[in-house]
Amino acid sequence: MPYNRKVMEHFTQPRNVGEMKDADGVGKASNTTDGDVVVIYLKIEDDKIQDVGFQTFGCAAAIASSSMFTEMVKGKRIEEALSIDKQMVADALEGMPANKVECSIIAPEALSEAVKDYRQRREFIKEERS
Amino acid sequence: MERIYFDNSATTRLDPRVIEAMLPYFDRSYGNASSLHSFGREASDALVEARERAAKAIGAMSQEIVFTSGGTESDNLAIQGAAFANREAGDHIVTSAFEHHAVLNTCRFLEGQGFRVSYLPVSSSGLVELEAVKAVMTKRTILVSIMAANNEIGTIQEVREIGGIAHDNGSLFHTDAVQAIGKLPLDVERHNIDLLAISAHKFHGPKGVGALFVRNGTKLLPLVQGGGQERGLRSSTENVPGIVGLGKAIELAKLEMEENVARMTSIRERIIDATLAGVDGCHLNGHRQRRLCNNAHFRFDYIDGEALVLNLDVKGIAASTGSACSARSTETSHVLQAIGISGENARGSLRITLSKMSHMAEAERYLEAIAEVVSRLRAISPVAMLAKQKKGGV
Repeated sequence: MPYNRKVMEHFTQPRNVGEMKDADGVGKASNTTDGDVVVIYLKIEDDKIQDVGFQTFGCAAAIASSSMFTEMVKGKRIEEALSIDKQMVADALEGMPANKVECSIIAPEALSEAVKDYRQRREFIKEERS
Repeated sequence: MERIYFDNSATTRLDPRVIEAMLPYFDRSYGNASSLHSFGREASDALVEARERAAKAIGAMSQEIVFTSGGTESDNLAIQGAAFANREAGDHIVTSAFEHHAVLNTCRFLEGQGFRVSYLPVSSSGLVELEAVKAVMTKRTILVSIMAANNEIGTIQEVREIGGIAHDNGSLFHTDAVQAIGKLPLDVERHNIDLLAISAHKFHGPKGVGALFVRNGTKLLPLVQGGGQERGLRSSTENVPGIVGLGKAIELAKLEMEENVARMTSIRERIIDATLAGVDGCHLNGHRQRRLCNNAHFRFDYIDGEALVLNLDVKGIAASTGSACSARSTETSHVLQAIGISGENARGSLRITLSKMSHMAEAERYLEAIAEVVSRLRAISPVAMLAKQKKGGV
């Protein structure tokens, strides 16, 4: 259970917390066994993630990893951001108790939902215009 | 920052008077109590005194006290010992669904040995119902084991009445009184108890030492074979300093119970009232009145218990939670499950347990901290979305 300093730092001072009213894409992932929920909000321009926000219901590992993940994807191209997986987040946090990696790091799944949402919205806008 | 320890159901700080009483038995009177020389006599005299103190605290006789390594061993000795010794009389054991694992897992082990066990449900307020006990008793019931007070939610059981039901049926009655010593006035005669388990570190004594009260004439088989110490019920060289510590701690617990209970009750009342009034979406687990003087157990909507405990720890406050996020899923404690709290509702649980050393000023600091921590974690949590899910029954 004991978390390292980096995890505790992201847990006590999480980055990019909060709902984004004017997001271009919103995605939710939940862990059905635990009831953990992560929501990711995206601002996207030129295929690049300009801004990102998150909300998480879950343990300290879930909160810290969501925070770290948003730091990692900010400014990245969409495809690049989508390639970041659970283990990369755990590594960026300088390690996480093994049993927490699988169940607590669900922010990457929320991101791919948010990207889907963004792309659907764009399709919709294109159709409207045409 | 002065740290606040609100996890006294996990363990307590040693009373300085207990440490003082123990010290001579480490480096001066360090003999083996079975030895014939003066070193041995000093050790055995100390055991006699500790045994008298333990017996007196629960209304027993000295020869009815068996010293063990702690509450878990005492529960095992009581339940396994009684089951195996009374096998020809019957094969049925009655217990409750929210006992400590020392009792539950011993009962499960005995199921594998051919015994039958009834795990009684408990009410949503955390009480074992007398009618439910009566209903499952049979001629084959050899033992009833119901805790005096629950270790998580602190609810106090009707020990005397349950003991009476067991005795009317000709069955033995065991109670895990680990959380009750120093907080409830237990008397083995008045409360119809045949076997009673205690653990020193829960009442400001040392870890690694406990005791089992075994009513005279109760048939019991030992778990440990060896040199025949403790009337053959618990072989092994006695842990003299530990036992001396248990004796001193239980004597103080009994002697000072009234003032300690009054003190803890007033702090607990402040904590319960102010937490419920000051924090939205907060509920009390367990019966409001029939609970230990040192226990406040809450659940908070839309927050995870581990996050809550870690965040309080950052603020210097040590408490515990009933939901432990483990390998694959968040395991709700069997106690919360037994009172009908499950899934998401069990996530944000918080157990605050006081001791005689707790102060009202600490409660005030906790109250400030809990409001801050809950609102911080809710600000991170997608509360509105979760509320919608809950309403929709998803």
